[in-house]
Amino acid sequence: MNFFKRYARNYGALIGLAILFVVVVLAFAAPLIFPVSPWQSVGDPLLPPSEDPAFPFGTDMLGRDIAAGLAYGARVSLLIGVISTAVAVVIGVSIGALAGFYGGRVDDLLMRFTEFFQTIPAFAMAVVLVAIFNPTIVSITLAIAVVSWPPVARLVRGEFLSLRSREFVQAAVVIGQSGPRIMFTQILPNAISPIIVTASLMVATAILTESSLSFLGLGDRNMMSWGFMIGAARTMLREAWWMSVFPGVAILLTVLAINLIGEGLNDAMNPHLRGRKG
Amino acid sequence: MNAPRTPLLRVENLSIPLPTGLDREFAVENISYDLHAGEILCIVGESGSGKSMTANAIMGLLPDYLNPSGGKILFRGKDLLTMRESDLEQERGRSMAMVFQEPLSALNPLMKVRDQIAEVMEVHGERNAETRDRRVLDLLEYVGLPDPANLRDAYPFRLSGGQRQRVMIAMALALEPALLIADEPTTALDVTTQAQILDLIRRIQKAKGMGVMFVTHDFGVVADIADRVVVMERGIVVEQGLAEDVLNRPKHPYTRRLIAAVPHREAHDAKAAAEGDLILDVRNLRKTYRSGGGFFSRPRVVNAVNDISFTLRRGETLGVVGESGSGKSTLGRCLLKLTEVDGGQVLFRGSDVVPLSAGAFRPLRRHMQMVFQDPFASLNPRQTVGRILTDGPVANGVSYADAEIKARELLALVGLETSAFDRYPQEFSGGQRQRVGIARALALDPELLVADESVSALDVSVQAQVLELLQDLQRKLNIAIIFITHDLRIAAQICDRIAVMYRGEIVESGPPEQVFDAPQHAYTQRLIAAIPGLHWNPRLAVL
Repeated sequence: MNFFKRYARNYGALIGLAILFVVVVLAFAAPLIFPVSPWQSVGDPLLPPSEDPAFPFGTDMLGRDIAAGLAYGARVSLLIGVISTAVAVVIGVSIGALAGFYGGRVDDLLMRFTEFFQTIPAFAMAVVLVAIFNPTIVSITLAIAVVSWPPVARLVRGEFLSLRSREFVQAAVVIGQSGPRIMFTQILPNAISPIIVTASLMVATAILTESSLSFLGLGDRNMMSWGFMIGAARTMLREAWWMSVFPGVAILLTVLAINLIGEGLNDAMNPHLRGRKG
Repeated sequence: MNAPRTPLLRVENLSIPLPTGLDREFAVENISYDLHAGEILCIVGESGSGKSMTANAIMGLLPDYLNPSGGKILFRGKDLLTMRESDLEQERGRSMAMVFQEPLSALNPLMKVRDQIAEVMEVHGERNAETRDRRVLDLLEYVGLPDPANLRDAYPFRLSGGQRQRVMIAMALALEPALLIADEPTTALDVTTQAQILDLIRRIQKAKGMGVMFVTHDFGVVADIADRVVVMERGIVVEQGLAEDVLNRPKHPYTRRLIAAVPHREAHDAKAAAEGDLILDVRNLRKTYRSGGGFFSRPRVVNAVNDISFTLRRGETLGVVGESGSGKSTLGRCLLKLTEVDGGQVLFRGSDVVPLSAGAFRPLRRHMQMVFQDPFASLNPRQTVGRILTDGPVANGVSYADAEIKARELLALVGLETSAFDRYPQEFSGGQRQRVGIARALALDPELLVADESVSALDVSVQAQVLELLQDLQRKLNIAIIFITHDLRIAAQICDRIAVMYRGEIVESGPPEQVFDAPQHAYTQRLIAAIPGLHWNPRLAVL
């Protein structure tokens, strides 16, 4: 109740939520609005936008409907963004929680492991992983998750380190709760706000990473994606601007919306910033 | 005293409204009092009484949303509230100065001591750097800092709490103000340091003939330094007068209640000592903290608990008294295995718990419980009180239904409504939360309770209630209590035996009468001499 009021005070966050809502509806309704596969030629090639009312966003060089591509691309982008983030958060929270709670050797070991991942450029590693395991939606999702969990682990470790020494956690030790129980029921609920905020921003990064991979031709061959559409359009950049601009705008709006939501969540959840005017 | 003189400071019918939606309409309402040159006026009250509010109004330190709605603050006859900002700046620092509660946050951490003091003089027009330098040295010497010539080049973090407070006082004195406002200046300090600072303030006040406005919550401090006293409750002055009268013949019921709650050595109805079974036998306990130290530097070693031995019987209360850094809290944490022990034995019901692994010790934990210091940090803000109280029994194999019944009984036992079960800790006051903390400890039917500074964060009247509750519960349940505190007065009031800790060692122990009346160790003697209000007996005042 109070939370939603605080969230709604941030107009940017509301706009973000509205944009994301449209994208989500589009993604779910794609097969209803465009019953024909987005890979299928449906009209003349290279129709500019709004020349044929049937193709408001035009067609590409093979006569495929750009609008259909955008709708089906939204499914891929959201799916990969959400699932890869979920996987990354699970990995990051587990490693960060163990490191922060147990400290000492466990902490050293897990943090060196985390740093090992952090020292490799994330995108290069994602490219290598996808290239090794044939580009399918599963391998792409996992590759993105594998390169994006370290910041979560560091964040969660920091939260656990500071919360572990709080008196209510010590009280839980004294009443005889076990380590895992303390981590899950005492500490994690108190660390959840920054995790949610970080995760929301990670979804945006994951969408960008997927687009970049698809642009390089490392996307799933069976799924239409925004990155693939831009990649395919690069040879026709001067002849058919609409082929690259619309998917580009779609990426921009979706990532912007998610970032706005992340910021709104941060403002609403972080008590220190309460009362700050947006 | 000299009634016809114009007072140095006169507060007349001052009202400061609070923003709407808070628990009361005014932060302070219609308050009036005088402060004459050459006297110490103590403003006493509990937290939220508005006692600091006038001090802040005088110095222009009120937050934006608080504006006085009526009344005057006359400083030497001129109203500070209607004065122009530029004139006010002249007065602040030059004729009136302030000393704050927390000297570390009041000093700029990136500036050397000498620069901070010199800055005050520079701002107020002392151009000659050499004069400033000489004055800084004088001031540091005057406030009794050791080796002022070297100390003035130190950064604040290098100084102890007492030294920082002395620097703050030196800063305040830099321009020889006529009015010194001290807002709880000794609350963050140890009792022996507090005694020194109080001495210093009194000495300076006498020597310079300043008027001092001293804001405090501690009646012991009032008894030590006040000439006159103003007692505040919820934004209203309920009583004022000469210290002598207010302390010994309080008229207003609130003042009487506060004074009755001041911890004081009771005529202990000497309990037949050592009747219960031996429950805890600590032998040569040792805990060392090591910090720093690389390949070339030697690590800093602190013997937090150094070769400590004592015993405790069922139904007995042992007070562990010491100043900050004496190792008293570490001792408590060692007993409950919240921290690793470096040596010695802790025999609980005859068997040593020190060598047990965390897993092997967990089943024993229910017998040894702890009440923590900070009622705001010790309860998980995301759990209801019911959850907090049932977690322990459930973790020890009791069914949730049974735990819930027990939790509701406990809430009644510690004097809370049973409806508290479904509410969150944020909805309760500090004293109520501490009751929840006690109920949580009792939920496991412990035989030993370690209370680590469990009442220090509470107001004196709430403190008295919680202490009474602990004593009452001990009588009913016959548990052994280790009561860790920095306040000798509280220890003397409720403990059967007192152990005085100093630098990791127990330097003296015995029944309160013995420790108080015939202290053997030099440190104990110092500690007892430093108790504020030692010569004043609050019990006689409210007879």
